[in-house]
Amino acid sequence: MSYIEKNDPRNGKVFRVLDKDGKVVNKSAEPKLKKEDLFKLYEYMILTRVADEKAIKLQRSGRMGTFAQSSGQEAQVGIALAMKKEDWLFPSFREHGAMMLRGMPPELFYMVFMGNEEGNRMPENVNNFTVSVPVGSQALHAVGSAWASKIKKEKDCTVGFFGDGATSEGDFHEAMNFAGVFNVPCVLVCQNNQYAISLPVKNQTATDTIAEKAYAYGFDGVKVDGNDVLGLYVIAREALEKARKGNGPTLIEAFTYRMGPHTSADDPTIYREDKEVKKWKEYDPIERFRKYLLKKKYWNKKYEEKVLKWAEQKVDDAVKKAESTKLGIDDMFKYMYKEMPDELKDQLNYLKSMKTSKGEGE
Amino acid sequence: MVDAINLALKQEMKRDKNVILLGEDVGKEGGVFRVTAGLQKLYGKDRVYDTPLSENGIVGTSIGMAVRGLRPVAEIQFSGFVYPAFQQIVSHASRIRNRSRGRFNCPLVIRMPYSGGIRALEHHSESMESLFMHIPGLKVVIPSNPYDAKGLLTSAIRDDDPVIFMEPKRVYRAIKNEVPEDDYTIPIGKAKVVKEGNNVTIIAYGAMLREAQKAIDAVEKENVSCELIDLRTIKPMDNETIFNSVKKTGRCVIVHEGPRTGGVGAEIIARINDHMLLELEAPVERVTGFDTVFPYFQNENHYLPEEHRIVNAIKKVVEF
Ligand SMILES: Cc1ncc(C[n+]2csc(CCOP(=O)(O)OP(=O)(O)O)c2C)c(N)n1
Ligand SMILES: [Mg+2]
Repeated sequence: MSYIEKNDPRNGKVFRVLDKDGKVVNKSAEPKLKKEDLFKLYEYMILTRVADEKAIKLQRSGRMGTFAQSSGQEAQVGIALAMKKEDWLFPSFREHGAMMLRGMPPELFYMVFMGNEEGNRMPENVNNFTVSVPVGSQALHAVGSAWASKIKKEKDCTVGFFGDGATSEGDFHEAMNFAGVFNVPCVLVCQNNQYAISLPVKNQTATDTIAEKAYAYGFDGVKVDGNDVLGLYVIAREALEKARKGNGPTLIEAFTYRMGPHTSADDPTIYREDKEVKKWKEYDPIERFRKYLLKKKYWNKKYEEKVLKWAEQKVDDAVKKAESTKLGIDDMFKYMYKEMPDELKDQLNYLKSMKTSKGEGE
Repeated sequence: MVDAINLALKQEMKRDKNVILLGEDVGKEGGVFRVTAGLQKLYGKDRVYDTPLSENGIVGTSIGMAVRGLRPVAEIQFSGFVYPAFQQIVSHASRIRNRSRGRFNCPLVIRMPYSGGIRALEHHSESMESLFMHIPGLKVVIPSNPYDAKGLLTSAIRDDDPVIFMEPKRVYRAIKNEVPEDDYTIPIGKAKVVKEGNNVTIIAYGAMLREAQKAIDAVEKENVSCELIDLRTIKPMDNETIFNSVKKTGRCVIVHEGPRTGGVGAEIIARINDHMLLELEAPVERVTGFDTVFPYFQNENHYLPEEHRIVNAIKKVVEF
């Protein structure tokens, strides 16, 4: 029996490999990852957090606009590690950790939130789709992408991310239904971070778990400790294998916590208690994994320093690149269609002449 | 404007028990722009509802409530997220009176912030009012200042038909004017002559009023006398006020933030052509957004009709 089958959320099961102290609580499930893969998980969690911290500073000093951090949800990188390069990831807007592990240059994260569309230009060899702001809408794209693999008889799978709030949108339910009906090679990941802006998940849905919703659509759902990077890795790998074999979709509920505000424009003190945030701090995904690495004697202070330096350097370079990427007026027009229709050319020329007459060259 | 809208809601909820509020984050948090702040505390959780994250759910259930005699005021967090609710707005809210031959009606207000200029993320800056203007059976109201917002929203809540109420978020906190505590209404479907003038009629609404005013201040220094009309409602549109003004000036410039093609400006020009083409001294000019996706904020100033573009259009029309 697979771990997914063994952990039917309707029986109150939550899958994890590590407890909050980094102790292995599920010995048989502990993945036999190479040392460098374990390091990769740790390093990308750190990178994600350092990137967020930098972004907070930039936002406060006006160098960046409103942005969504993923603090507390860094264990998402476990899902990314379980994916193959040829697999596809369809993110919402809180998955830069997973996206970076799959090869997204960090400057793209900054550019999006600096109001620059170039931040959505994913490198050709990276199968990450662009961020999706309309909540839940991308779940359907993920299912369509997986369906395409099936139609084209290609072996890749698709992973689609969305939040707990997204499960209230029709798009989510339609995606689930299509995934089930067409038995597509898709893994749908709900990052249940307990809130959709101010709304706690208990007011979002009347079911005990999100994972159990999968059964209404005819496939498996599993609730995973979303702050356990190894737990997420194990379940994602299994769900992907299942999908690749043609055995259909899986819904993974990553039970986690949004440590920060919804976005930099949000004030969570209006709607949640500080002591709740404090409690969740004990479950921090990075701390937990660090303790695991320590137990394996892979972690020491020197390594920590090295990782931090690497992350900070990467982030600094990314910010430099992001801030030096500038847009012209043409950028607003030239990607509307493959070929610019005459009416748009007219509008572009008009705008340029306005800028010139105002003394603002491009 | 945030406070004025809050006051209108507060007073209407007091006046009529059937007025209820629902939407994402409108209760405990008081809305992401704090427009509904304090109302759940004041009137309780059975009058102000934090709903699940579903626009179609919000509007669809509001229709059911409206048909049963409640007066729901639904908030869509940003106009860019109203599209899941189009099914319910287009296929039902706008048609219920007609479909049921008057047996049922739909006294529903759907509020939503719209407009750009606040350095927001994708889908948070668009001005797609003309989509609603195109739907038979809806009323579409867009206030430009706090005083009007209160009076128009009060009218919208008392209206027996569905009203789309679009709030220019760029001026949510930017414009302050006296908003009386007392109960007043501003009629839906009537425009306002904000300022009289003789040479050219400027028509705007919502966030663009302020830009139009700036342009007018600039050209009046050069002795061009402008009449400024605030449409206040884009559907039904106040032909009379527009025609009376254009009859006088013979010249007209329309300013709107939404895309040019199929925009409110196109509709106004068609009406002017229908009724008074021969009284025009110059072709009517439109200063609009472009037929592009609203850009991320680094480029948003290029998209928005700015003072310079409006001045240019006024001069073009006057010098024709
Ligand atoms: C269709 C839609 N409605 C509303 C919004 C505004 N909004 C942005 S994020 C969000 C909450 C999302 O909650 P959840 O799905 O749990 O994701 P999280 O932000 O917690 O990662 C809302 C209401 C939106 N982006 N899209
Ligand atoms: Mg959430």
